[in-house]
Amino acid sequence: MKVRRRSLPGPLPIWAEIVLLPLVNIALAFIIVGVIVAIIGVDPFHALRLLVVGAVGSSESIGYTLYYATNFTFTGLAVAVAFHAGLFNIGGEGQAYIGGLGCGLAVLALDRWLPAWLLVPIAIAAAALFGAAWAAVPAWLQAWRGSHIVITTIMFNFVASALMVYLMVNVLIAPGSMTPQSRTFAPSGRIPAMHDVLQAVGIAVAPSALNLSIVLALACCVAVWVFLWHTPWGYALRTMGHNPEAAVYAGTNLRRMTMVAMCLSGALAGFVGVNELMGVHHRIVLDFPAGYGFAGIAVALMGRSHPLGIVLAALLFGALQQGGAELAFEIPSITREMVVVIQGLIILFSGALAHLPRPWLQALLVRRA
Amino acid sequence: MDETFSFVFLMLASTLRVATPLVLCAMGGLFSEKGGIVDVGLEGKMLMAAFFAAATASVTGSAWAGVAAAVLAAEALALLHGLACITYRGNQVVSGVAINILAAGLTVVLGAAWFARGGQTPALVGDQRLMPLFLPGAGDNVLVYAALLSVPLTWWIVARTRFGLRLRAVGEMPLAVDAAGLSVAWLRYRAVLLCGLLAGLAGAYLSIGQNAGFSRDMTAGQGFIALAAIIFGKWRPLPAFGACLIFGLLDAIAIRLQGVRVPGLGEVPVQLIQAMPYLLTMFLLAGFIGRAVAPKAAGVPYEKEH
Amino acid sequence: MQALTPAAAAIELRGIDKSFGVVHAVRGVSLRIEPGTITGIVGENGAGKSTLMSILYGLYRADAGEIRVGGQPVEMASPRDAIAHGIGMVHQHFMLIDTFTVLENMVLGAEGGLLLAGGLAAARAELARLARDYGLSVDPDARVADLSVGEQQRVEILKVLFRGARILILDEPSAVLTPQETDRLFDILRTLKDRGVTVILITHKLREIMAVTDRVHVMRQGRIVAERRTRDTGSEELAELMVGRKVRLDLDKVPSRRGEILLRTEHLSLVDDRGVRLLDDVGIELRAGEIVGIAGVTGNGQSELLQVLAGIRAPSDGRLTVCGHVVDADHPGNPAEMRALGLAHVPEDRLRQGMVAAFQASETSILGYQDGPPFTRHYLLDGPAVGAHCAELMERFDVRPRSPGLRSSHFSGGNQQKLVLAREIARRPKVLLVGQPTRGVDIGAIEFIHRELVKARDAGCAVLVVSVELDEILSLADRILVMFAGRIVGEVEPGRADERTLGLMMAGAEAA
Repeated sequence: MKVRRRSLPGPLPIWAEIVLLPLVNIALAFIIVGVIVAIIGVDPFHALRLLVVGAVGSSESIGYTLYYATNFTFTGLAVAVAFHAGLFNIGGEGQAYIGGLGCGLAVLALDRWLPAWLLVPIAIAAAALFGAAWAAVPAWLQAWRGSHIVITTIMFNFVASALMVYLMVNVLIAPGSMTPQSRTFAPSGRIPAMHDVLQAVGIAVAPSALNLSIVLALACCVAVWVFLWHTPWGYALRTMGHNPEAAVYAGTNLRRMTMVAMCLSGALAGFVGVNELMGVHHRIVLDFPAGYGFAGIAVALMGRSHPLGIVLAALLFGALQQGGAELAFEIPSITREMVVVIQGLIILFSGALAHLPRPWLQALLVRRA
Repeated sequence: MDETFSFVFLMLASTLRVATPLVLCAMGGLFSEKGGIVDVGLEGKMLMAAFFAAATASVTGSAWAGVAAAVLAAEALALLHGLACITYRGNQVVSGVAINILAAGLTVVLGAAWFARGGQTPALVGDQRLMPLFLPGAGDNVLVYAALLSVPLTWWIVARTRFGLRLRAVGEMPLAVDAAGLSVAWLRYRAVLLCGLLAGLAGAYLSIGQNAGFSRDMTAGQGFIALAAIIFGKWRPLPAFGACLIFGLLDAIAIRLQGVRVPGLGEVPVQLIQAMPYLLTMFLLAGFIGRAVAPKAAGVPYEKEH
Repeated sequence: MQALTPAAAAIELRGIDKSFGVVHAVRGVSLRIEPGTITGIVGENGAGKSTLMSILYGLYRADAGEIRVGGQPVEMASPRDAIAHGIGMVHQHFMLIDTFTVLENMVLGAEGGLLLAGGLAAARAELARLARDYGLSVDPDARVADLSVGEQQRVEILKVLFRGARILILDEPSAVLTPQETDRLFDILRTLKDRGVTVILITHKLREIMAVTDRVHVMRQGRIVAERRTRDTGSEELAELMVGRKVRLDLDKVPSRRGEILLRTEHLSLVDDRGVRLLDDVGIELRAGEIVGIAGVTGNGQSELLQVLAGIRAPSDGRLTVCGHVVDADHPGNPAEMRALGLAHVPEDRLRQGMVAAFQASETSILGYQDGPPFTRHYLLDGPAVGAHCAELMERFDVRPRSPGLRSSHFSGGNQQKLVLAREIARRPKVLLVGQPTRGVDIGAIEFIHRELVKARDAGCAVLVVSVELDEILSLADRILVMFAGRIVGEVEPGRADERTLGLMMAGAEAA
């Protein structure tokens, strides 16, 4: 029963929906950032040039870009899997943190006894397990108690933070250390750096934080793709996300599926710990999730929750992070936080204001019948 | 006797100091949520307001100018949220998250650009800050009293005015409000603007009342604690206020309990107390401490197609 | 001729016409409603009665025609206009805020000032007056959520009177009431009439028409087909007029060969959290090789019956036996289990339950059957097998376009339905449940779907068809059951069924 027609304009052609609209959204975000940069008194185009060069201008910067992209891939996949099930997982920060705790504990416990080829997979599994467990609690509350998953995952981020500080300061701190961090991992508990691996094959690149975790990230992309679109459970998960009634009709247990989706999501976020702790820091440290969890939302939105899109979005964000760091270095008045602003704007335009450009695109593209 | 008295007094003062921004934010968030707009962005609004308050106070030398700027900044973000959620029917949670991230980045970017102190504003002195009104040393500036006043005021507006009735209606069943010939969008925009006003005052208090300037991420999750207080208070002003006081008290205790051994429990980790507001809220949401029923239409964009 | 006529009609409609796309909902309707009377508008689902009243209340704009209130032509652009002219409507789904009190619901939108206190006090006084005048007593401080459905309806009526309505439209008011509450409602309506309020009652229940109205208009397919003074007519005549003499779609059916009982229910009951009996002591039997049709107007328990039989909802009482497997309140079934037993289900609302609009046709073609062979081998979905399956279904059931890769939402309603039906029938189920098989389906597909159902029956399947289209039931079914208010109120052989009897049973009147 329509009283007054105030509904949003209809759909655009497919190519416009998938490619053009997201690009327009990103462009809007960049334009606004350009304005902000100009307000600060810097030439936006000069800044853009520095950003691009900083991101991909040398093998070192490419290495860092890819290293950042690895983390964004993990959290982007995590949010995407939950989105496909119709759930909003904002707990990526906490799940990454606890996932890191998991792999860190495994390494600290076993690195004196096991060789790398055994320890690394075990530690990775531990990261997944711990990350999944941290997501399981809000998931259970949603599925069996109806507690809104958005609120519970946000709360749990803070609890994770408090827990980690407590553990680091009181339990895991390396003897004699002034800062809260664990002892260094033995070599068997480290993931080799990419420049070392390439060196061994005769390719020389500048050292960077990039390590073999990127292989894990790519493997996860493939695994998520296969799971969601090529297994019956992924099928049931997507059905639930689109249409819970149809999922019930099809025989899916909604509660169980909620748990499965969130646990997978948490496990993926937990892999950030693998990259950071086993690949870069080689010890458990505080604050390594550093906003990757929230950025994962932006990555998932931009990448339309599809692994391929997520990889591309993660690369973009990785480039932004690295380029932003270089930019901040070159131009003192622009800080690294500019990247955070861009992230926020992208989330805004890709998520909340996604329909903003529609009327103009509509006028441009859709011919009146 | 004297010692206990001064101890209690100090604890109360400390509680109030911590609770003031929580109370203001919680009341603001209450208006928004009652009207059906979920506001995860309280944190961001408060942060932005804190920055602009300190920046303006520093530049103009007037604390009041700071307060005004804070409110304007928060309202700008509130309008953005309203635009995304009401007019464009976007996802309310995503919008809130975006605003938080945006504020976190923008405050540092602007701060570094304008003051070149790595995101901090210059330390404020004298009239650039809000001064205590009656009890020197207790930090009771005008915004503290504003916070205390906001509770009965919020209650009165929601329970006793025409606007409050309509606001509650639009958060429960916008269809009925539409059928009664009222504008759902206009009601919701007003709710969102009220939220911005109060979050702005909260932010101003942080940087020019409680402290002497803005430092990066100074809100430190208090916006989320305010959200927890709203839920804990079951979307009612007085219980939410109570929750804010409890959370404030917990914070006051946390500092004093550091290193103290509680008989039977051993040393209570300060982090546990810090995590208390969040754990308690989760307990509540799990239905273990009674049921928390949100306004029925909260989080759902209103489409005029019934 | 105008100004001197003492009693202008309260409402006069002239030539009202309304279409929604290709659906011509109201065709040139003209009627007069005299003031101070209770007038009934009766008809089957889709007859146009609700649309007509929505036009009168300003929810829709008519494509053509004129509305006159009290003799004056008026523009109805929105409910505000209708309210301004003294027309009030009580909808099927109440516009009441559960958490508010009665008084708060009354004043919403007409609070009488910025502060509530004054407005509430005035409303309280007014409410007391209305209660006295119309005998409509409700506790003004009661929370709506705590009231019974009958009391909530009274609040809706009071709301309308509070705004000064002198013409009251009630849309299927007894749909949510118990018989006792319905009688109470009738008393209220009679009191209103005595006080000079004009009442328009939209309903499909003949008992109500006969019990409380002065005049009745019968609508069928968008037209007013008859107008009577209630005391000059009776249920039988009204039933016949409602249902009409239709031409049956001749199906050329072989007589059914009934086999063993594949599905049986005993004392099946379903009670919801409000205590409303959605299903009341339902006992049916389905045998292999027969089509059982369940006739009845929407909202009389058919949907709930399908949900319980399909395992989506558990019964509150009674038993269901499917191919030897027992389901009851202590052993609730689930859809996956039912499928494994050989039961297939074409849901009533294909878009909400039977398919996922965003999925490709090939994905929709395996909904519910995705686990295990033939579509899943070694834990992976076999893409080519799924695609081939979908192509085969499309070929057999003539689904157009023949594109397994096309999004399900892009198919027409008829093709969507054929795809869903194909999916279920292709499993060669033992029991097939079908809800509204041809809703929103074009003529060509209707015939096809009917033939397929008969083919399934001939192959030994036990088919249960639920439909609000009487002629569909008449042409398909070997046995017809009629549901009303959650009960099976009658069973008829199609050969011996006539519109009159069926109409009476569907409308809850006692069959002669």
